[in-house]
Amino acid sequence: MDAVLELRKLSKSYANHHVAVSGVSLTLQQGEFFSLLGPSGCGKTTTLRLIAGFEEPTDGDVLLKGVSLRGLPPYARNVSTVFQNYALFPHMTVRENIEFGLRHKAQMRTAEREKRVADALGMVRLTGKESRFPAQLSGGERQRVALARSLVLEPDVLLLDEPLSALDPNLRKQVRSELKSLQRRVGITFLFITHDQEEALSLSDRIGVMNQGRLEQVGTPQEVYLRPRTRFVADFLGTVNWINGVGVRPEATRISYQPPGGGERAVPAVVESSLFLGNCLHIRTRLITGEPVVAEVSRLNGSYGRGETVHVWWHPQDEIICPQ
Amino acid sequence: MKRALSLYAAAIYLFLHLPLAVLAVFSFNSSRFTVWEGFSPRWYQAVFRDPHLAEAALNSLIIAFTATAAGTVIGTLCAYGLWKQKTGLLPNFIKSTLYLSLVTPEIVMGVSLLAFYQWVFRFLDVQLGMHTVVLAHVMFSIAYVVVVALARLRTLDPSLEEAALDLGATEWVAFRKVTLPQLMPGVAAAALLAFTISIDDYVITSLVAGVDSETLPMVIYAMARRGGSPLVNAVSSLIAVILGVMIVASERLRRSS
Repeated sequence: MDAVLELRKLSKSYANHHVAVSGVSLTLQQGEFFSLLGPSGCGKTTTLRLIAGFEEPTDGDVLLKGVSLRGLPPYARNVSTVFQNYALFPHMTVRENIEFGLRHKAQMRTAEREKRVADALGMVRLTGKESRFPAQLSGGERQRVALARSLVLEPDVLLLDEPLSALDPNLRKQVRSELKSLQRRVGITFLFITHDQEEALSLSDRIGVMNQGRLEQVGTPQEVYLRPRTRFVADFLGTVNWINGVGVRPEATRISYQPPGGGERAVPAVVESSLFLGNCLHIRTRLITGEPVVAEVSRLNGSYGRGETVHVWWHPQDEIICPQ
Repeated sequence: MKRALSLYAAAIYLFLHLPLAVLAVFSFNSSRFTVWEGFSPRWYQAVFRDPHLAEAALNSLIIAFTATAAGTVIGTLCAYGLWKQKTGLLPNFIKSTLYLSLVTPEIVMGVSLLAFYQWVFRFLDVQLGMHTVVLAHVMFSIAYVVVVALARLRTLDPSLEEAALDLGATEWVAFRKVTLPQLMPGVAAAALLAFTISIDDYVITSLVAGVDSETLPMVIYAMARRGGSPLVNAVSSLIAVILGVMIVASERLRRSS
């Protein structure tokens, strides 16, 4: 695999001493779907803006195919951005929006340009809507125009700034799977910015978790979910029960009246509530030490009543161990 | 209650517009006195035959077009700069003091300009004339243009320009192809506003005008001072109609999209 994008100790701080990005180093492989995941204000959008060239780093460097982008304006970088609100040009038709980059960045001949636009329209299933204006399109269609507008340029890296957050929740899951298959088809490296851990887990080849301007962990979805290196990563990727310093995910937490037999770890607890979620139950319990523990159990395991004393247990291999 | 309210509204409306109505009616009076004698377009014919009025009207138009063109370009670029540069001491200072020139009394502005010109004339061999009037009009139109253009710019999405840069456009192309087309209604509204303010300005103009640069408001004022004539009524009605149409057009543009 070839490295396509490399961030070297990338940092950005502002005049008011606010540090948005702090020493982020990262290498993206050709054709990879990489997500930067983190809460709002963690520096993920600033990182994207530094790569796109909308802002200059205070320290560090961005390399695209081994060449430093330092000092290059956005129009001279072979990356393209899909904005959170899509930023479609409202006074231009779908066709004109998609053609914009080909006219200015690629400067290709008319015949070639028309073919590329037609291909791009087909790729995002918007053939026949090329004369519409953005205001005449649905949210999902607008998002596809934004994708086509960038992909038609065949950038080395496509930067996506929370492109699903403006869609309504019903549409989001459908567009998510479309996005993944689109990326597989075009083979372009995607750098996807999101604060939604489910989105990141389901889409990505690798995930970088950011917190307070720093990259806390980089790994496959399984790695960051099952073997988080910091407590922040563990908590941000999903609920964790912290029991005597080790973490256990609710789905790895079991409940029974009798203590388990073998090498499992077990603690007694009292049931506080039971939440029926259709496909499973969330049993909230409290340990003697006062810590809350949630177990996600199958409804086939039966239900537990409030105030009942039970044993909470788990397999040692399901433990999350990370420094405080 | 409802009836009283509508009566009240009608009375206010009358109070606001009766003078204009009287002016318009008497501009069609065949007599030269304020006694209705009969309908006649003779004063309008006289307006177009009066060489003095024609010259002043031409001066006014030259001044208004030049000042509007210059003021609109300068003001729009200034607004664009202020919009792009969101923070910083200087932009904030300019933004907060911009309105100062809108509320400065015209007489003060006129006198200060006159003092300024007289000071400059000590070093340069020039006199009051069309150029000094145009310069003054450019000056006071800039603030109006900036205010209108900036209001329009604030409704635009700043990421649109970034998207244009991202797609290969240089800053200039991004401005011309993406920002300017969307700013156009605001620019046009600003230009119409600048034009109407320029064409009816009297106080500042009369102070900085030279012998060759009498404008329409100055001539009308002089005629009215000598005793109202139906000629003045006619020319004033014409101006009221033309400017009224322009102001409505400006408002429409400003509110569009």
